[in-house]
This record gives sequence, structure tokens and C-alpha cells, in this order.
Amino acid sequence: MRHQLTRRATALLAAGGMLAVAACSAGSSTTGVRPSSGDTRQTLTVGLVAEPASLDFTRTDGAAIPQVLLGNVYEGLVKLTNDGSVVPDLATSWAVSPDRRTYTFNLVAGAKFSSGQAFTAADAAFSINRVKTDWTISLKSAMDVVQEVTALSPTRLQVRLSKPSNDWLYRMTTRVGAMFSRTGVDKLATNPIGTGPYTLNKWNRGDSISLQRNDSYWGTRPFFQVVFLKYFKDPTALNDALLTGTINVIAAVQAPESLAQFTGNPKYHVIEGTTNAEVVLSFNNSKAPFTDRRVRQAVRYAIDHKALLDTCWAGRGTLIGSMVPPTDPWYEDLTGLYPHDVARARSLLAAAGKTGVTVRLRVPTLPYAVSCAQVVKSQLEQAGFKVNLDQLEFPAAWLTTVFTNADYDMSIVAHVEQRDLGAVFGNPSYYTRYNNPALRQALVAADQGTSTQQVQQMKRAARLLSQDAAADWLFLLPNLTVADKDITGLPKNAVSESFDVSALARS
Amino acid sequence: MIQRLIERSAVLVGSLAASSILVFAFMAVLPGDPARVALGVNASDQAVAALRAQFGLDRPLVSQYFSWAGGLLRLDPGQSYISRAPIGPQISDRLQVTLWLVVSSMVIALVIALPMGTLMAVWHRRISGLVLSAVSQVGVAIPAFVAGIALIALFAVKLGWLPANGWTPPAQDPVMFLKQLALPALSLGLVQASVMTRYVRSSVLDVLREDYLRTARAKGLRPMRALARHGLRNASVPVVTVLGLQLATLLIGAVVVERVFVIPGLGSLLLDAVASRDLILVQDVVMVLVVAVLLVNFVVDLLYALIDPRMGREGR
Repeated sequence: MRHQLTRRATALLAAGGMLAVAACSAGSSTTGVRPSSGDTRQTLTVGLVAEPASLDFTRTDGAAIPQVLLGNVYEGLVKLTNDGSVVPDLATSWAVSPDRRTYTFNLVAGAKFSSGQAFTAADAAFSINRVKTDWTISLKSAMDVVQEVTALSPTRLQVRLSKPSNDWLYRMTTRVGAMFSRTGVDKLATNPIGTGPYTLNKWNRGDSISLQRNDSYWGTRPFFQVVFLKYFKDPTALNDALLTGTINVIAAVQAPESLAQFTGNPKYHVIEGTTNAEVVLSFNNSKAPFTDRRVRQAVRYAIDHKALLDTCWAGRGTLIGSMVPPTDPWYEDLTGLYPHDVARARSLLAAAGKTGVTVRLRVPTLPYAVSCAQVVKSQLEQAGFKVNLDQLEFPAAWLTTVFTNADYDMSIVAHVEQRDLGAVFGNPSYYTRYNNPALRQALVAADQGTSTQQVQQMKRAARLLSQDAAADWLFLLPNLTVADKDITGLPKNAVSESFDVSALARS
Repeated sequence: MIQRLIERSAVLVGSLAASSILVFAFMAVLPGDPARVALGVNASDQAVAALRAQFGLDRPLVSQYFSWAGGLLRLDPGQSYISRAPIGPQISDRLQVTLWLVVSSMVIALVIALPMGTLMAVWHRRISGLVLSAVSQVGVAIPAFVAGIALIALFAVKLGWLPANGWTPPAQDPVMFLKQLALPALSLGLVQASVMTRYVRSSVLDVLREDYLRTARAKGLRPMRALARHGLRNASVPVVTVLGLQLATLLIGAVVVERVFVIPGLGSLLLDAVASRDLILVQDVVMVLVVAVLLVNFVVDLLYALIDPRMGREGR
């Protein structure tokens, strides 16, 4: 009787086991798990982290939208090269008047929108004016300086500014300079129409966006026919996707310690460059103890930046010493102004009568901030500070507490915007609460002067900021790209808002 | 039976109303201003105030609650604060994905747990039964996402048999759909199987000790046959209860597993909405989960009556 039972049981077990095996082996018959769309050689899949909330960057903020669309679907009159200079795009050339207030652009002839309409100076004027009238995101203020836009002919555009501004031309390389069709702005959130080398093919929300090569593109035809931009919230999942061939490129590695699995592997290449993301140890400059310059300086001497970078970001990144990345023309290495010197930090703190002072370090729940905060705390405590560390959920809780209400003494956050020295330190009501008329004066002189004056004045501003210890600059986040060995044309640095896929190819 | 249906329905409606109030209240006390998050760090205070007015966030909480709950009753869950897109289609798209995952994991769990649990009960005095018991104990202790990471490391990264992550709708490419579904469904299913196995085992053990089963064997039925004819129906009552509860656990477990496997289901929608403070979307997704759990319990309650007619009469 018992024997009978065992036999049946074995049969049942075997059936269960077979089912499990069937489930596993379903995938073993074929290899290659790329999305199937045409010729695989002409298809590229890029892994990214943040998915756009909408495709309309005129009304929805966030870096994820221009990352996909700018340079790929939309183009500007000018664009930024990988070393940070402004070069022609839809404009072939431009002239600046002697009073530096009038820009005259010559536009390419023969550029067309993906809807079929020709791109003309009237579209350019429409696009620039529309920033003021229809855009809602805060970046639109970059166009406040525009007084009048005139289409002189279909290929000549004149822009008159209310005051000279070098920054205006630079901002024209960002999303606010994107060129729209006069008849193609009614469905921006789902159906973007631009002049770029790609058009939007399909958006699978929560998963991926696919771009289709625009075969009527006016410029150089890109290599890839279809590009999938696939979004991963989890850094491990992103790495696994490259390791298993689901994607070809990780555009920005989020966990630098995970690079080891790619660096030694001949199937991949790793590219390290710079970004615009200064990881700032910010001070509330309007509140004791950080109203006292000696206390701010003590912090700068107390931090061992090299050790910090090694510990919290696997040694990847650049030490900068002020609010300027190496790709800006006025970059200077200012790390020498405050070398690591604990004794000096202690004596400055003592001179300010603040030895043992308690400060609140309130950091957002972001990987770099959380891992750096521990190091900062321990280094500051060696210099005589007492640090209360707390983590605020990002974005919401951190934005309300630190950013809006300035209820903090110190924080750590990466300021990722381009050329943001003025935005972060030139406005006394910004969360850094830094009020320095000399700095603002230098910023104005830089914006209105010639390009030589601009470089001089910006250098002065960066040095002023660093000397006055308005914050401490922990490091600049690296741009870490990993890709299949045969993918070429990957940008070294992340200097602009866009991830331009048109230059990528397969060798 | 009818009376039971009416009673249970009343409980269902009451629970739905109470939970909607709770969900709304929790969201209302969370810190963080959705309008500020939507507009980004550099937005002016006027712009934030204007957007708050547009979302109706400046109205009293009670009025906000009623317009939200009213919308749900009309099957209109509103518009996302961040993307301004209607939420209804998003939820139904994502729900389909999650249902595939949950149902296939449940099938895997049952296919393993029913035979295994029964065997463990029948063999409970043997070494083999003890070994199975120990294995299932280990399974109970492993969270589904850990199982998922281990399965990816082995079957995707090391052996390269299956994709590490991703999702393809079954209509688009059925083969790829199954390949991508296999690992997430297994990681949820195997852990569930361990839990269910233990319930099946104890349930069958209880039945094996019953007098009527001894009688059945005494009149000449083989033990397995006696169990099959007279025992399994009785043994299934507690198992169905647990099945209902476990469906709820699976739905919650799917939230994490979807993140690990990059599956665009309800779980990833919920986590994204939380991260971007899209409170209305969070509220809606949580309500969908609540409704699902309450409905499952409702169905389980009714199923009792079908499996064991005695329960249907108890209410009188």
C-alpha cells in the first residue's frame, strides 16, 4: 500500500519538476534579446535612468525630456560641442552688433520639419517669442532679455536684446532655443515636431521611447535607423541589461563601484568624462554659525576632498574648488585655495568662538549625498564641529525643507544645471542665501562684456566665491559611459542637456 | 446563500468607503508640495500657487476628498499632477501587466504547492518528508526580490538563457513575452509555493487524522484514493482562505519584483508616483490595490459557502 502511494507521489513530483524546467528552457532555444525592429545592426538600445513625465519641455520641468528630444528631434540655431563651445546648428553663422545687443543669424536653407513644412526665419521668430508667451517652466526667464525678433528674409533672423548678454546666446543651445514649427505645437506632450535627425516613433510609458531616423533630414544622415531609449530605475538592473545584451549602451553609470565588472571585460569599453554637476556642500549663509566667514573657511580646510572622493564615489570625479566645471572657458583649478589642514580649521573655528558648535547637515536621499554625508560628518567632527546628520526624502521633503524654507545649516546636493554659478550664488533669496554685491557685479560685467571680458570676469567671480567660502565644492560628478565595444561616437563629457544619438555608430 | 451575499456585499462597501478615507488622509499629511515638485526647483512662488489652484490643492480637504472619491465612482481617477495625462488608461495598462505576473506566479505556486504539500503530509513521518519540510521553510524565509536577484545572476548573467529584465506585451511577441515573464514569475511563484506548501501540508495532515478517512481506508480504499475522494475537499477550505490572503501578498510583492525586473506594471507606476510626489496617482494606485484585496477576500468568503455548504447555513 505504501509502495503504491510513493509511486504516485513520485509521478506528481516529476510533473511539477517538468513544469519548472519547461518554464526555464523557454528561453534557451534562441539567443539575443534585443527589441525586434528591422535590421539589428542598425538598431541601438541605450539604457537611461530618468524617464520623462511628458514630452513637452515647454510646460514640464525635468532634465529627462531635453535629454531625449534636444539634438535628436528638435534642433536649435546653435548647439554646444563636447568641449563646451557654441557652434552653428540651424544657423550657419551669426554676427553681433558693436553695442552687443543685436544678433543677426544666417539660417540653413532646405531644413524641414518632420511634418514636411520648411524651416524658415519666421519659425525661428515664432519659437523665440513663444518662450515668453506660452512656456511655463522657470528656465523660460533666459529669454526675458529678448526685446524684438524679426525675420528679415526666410534665411535671415535678427534678434534685438534689451541689454548685452553673452549668456543669452549660450542659453540658445539649451531647450529654450529649440525650434518649433508654427503649425506643430498643438500636441507637444505626445507628438513633438522638429527638424532633427530623428522623429519620435513610440513611447511605451514606464519602459522605453523609440526614435526613428528622419530620412528627409537636412544634415548628415545618422547611422542608426532605430534607437531605443530604455529606462531603468535600478542601477543593478541597468548593468544586468548591458551584461545580457538587452541594451548596447549605459549612458550614465549611477553606481561607480559597479564599473569593475566592465573595465576588465574586452566586450565593453568604459568612457570617463566630466559633467556640469558640481556636488556642493552648501551652507545657509544667512544663519549663524555660517554667517561667520571663519566658520565657512574652517569647513573648507577640514574636508579632505581626495579621501572623500575615494570613499564615497569610488575615486571617480574631478576636484574643482569652485562652481565651474572644466568644460567652461573660465575654468581654473581652485582646489589649492583651501588645502586639507585640520589644525588650521580648528584654529579658525576657535577664533570664531565656535569650537564644538552643532550644525545640522540635512541631505537628500540621493546616492552621492548619502554616501558623502557620512564622510563629511566624520571629517568635520575631527576639526571640532558637532554634526547632526539627517536624510530628507528627495525630491519632495528636501525641496520643502531645505530648498524652499532654508531650514538647514548644511546640505549636499549636485547642481546639475549648466553655467549655474549665478543662479546658485547670485540671488540672495536662493536657498544658499548668499548675498555678495561684488559677486553680482562681476556676473553682470561678464554677461555684458566682450568674450575676453566675460572670461576674465567669470574667473574673478569663481575665485571670489571660493575665497569667501560661500560653500564647499566636494567634487564634480563624472560622466561614466559603458558600451558594447563596437559602438563609436559616444560623447566623453556631458556638457549639454541632450543625449545626442545622431553621432553614434557601429564599427 | 443570498443572505450571505448581501451581508458580505455590505461589508465590502463599508470597507471600501473606510479605506478610501484612510488612503486620502495619509496622502494629505505627507510632507511635500506636488505643485512645487511638478514645476521644479527654480519655479516662482506665483507659478506654484497658480498650479495649486489648477489642481484644486488650495480647496478644503473635505471638498478635495469628495471630488476625488466621486471621480473614482464614475471610474474617472483624475489627471496626473506631473504629466497632466489622464490616469485611468495608465492604471489599466499597468494593471494588465501586473495581473499577468501575479496570475502566472500563483499558477506556479499552486502547481508546486499542491502536490508537494500533500506529499509532505502523507510522508510526515519519513526523512523525505522532513527534507521537503526544511526546503520549504528556507523558501518561506527568502524575500521574492532576493530570489529574483539570485535567479537573474544565475539564469541571465551567468548562463545567458533568459533576459535579465524587460517586458514585451504578449500580443507583440509571445515568445519574448514568455522568456521575460519566466524569471519574475518564478521568483514570486517559488517563494509563494513555499508558503502555500506549508498550509497544504498542515491542512492535509488534519484531514488525515479524521475518523471518516480511517473509515474510508477501513472499507478498503487505498490511502491516496481515500484522501482524494473524501479528504481533499475538506482540506481545501483553509487552503482557499490562505490563497486569498496570498493573492494580496503577491500583488504587494509584485511592486518590488517589478522594480528588480524593470517591468512596467502597477508597482513601478506606484514607486514612480511616490518618487515624483504625484499624490493623486499614488492615491489612485493604492486604491486599486485596496479594491483588489477587498474583492479577493469577498470572493473567498463566498467560495467557502460553495466548498462547504455547512458554512452557508451558519449565518442563519
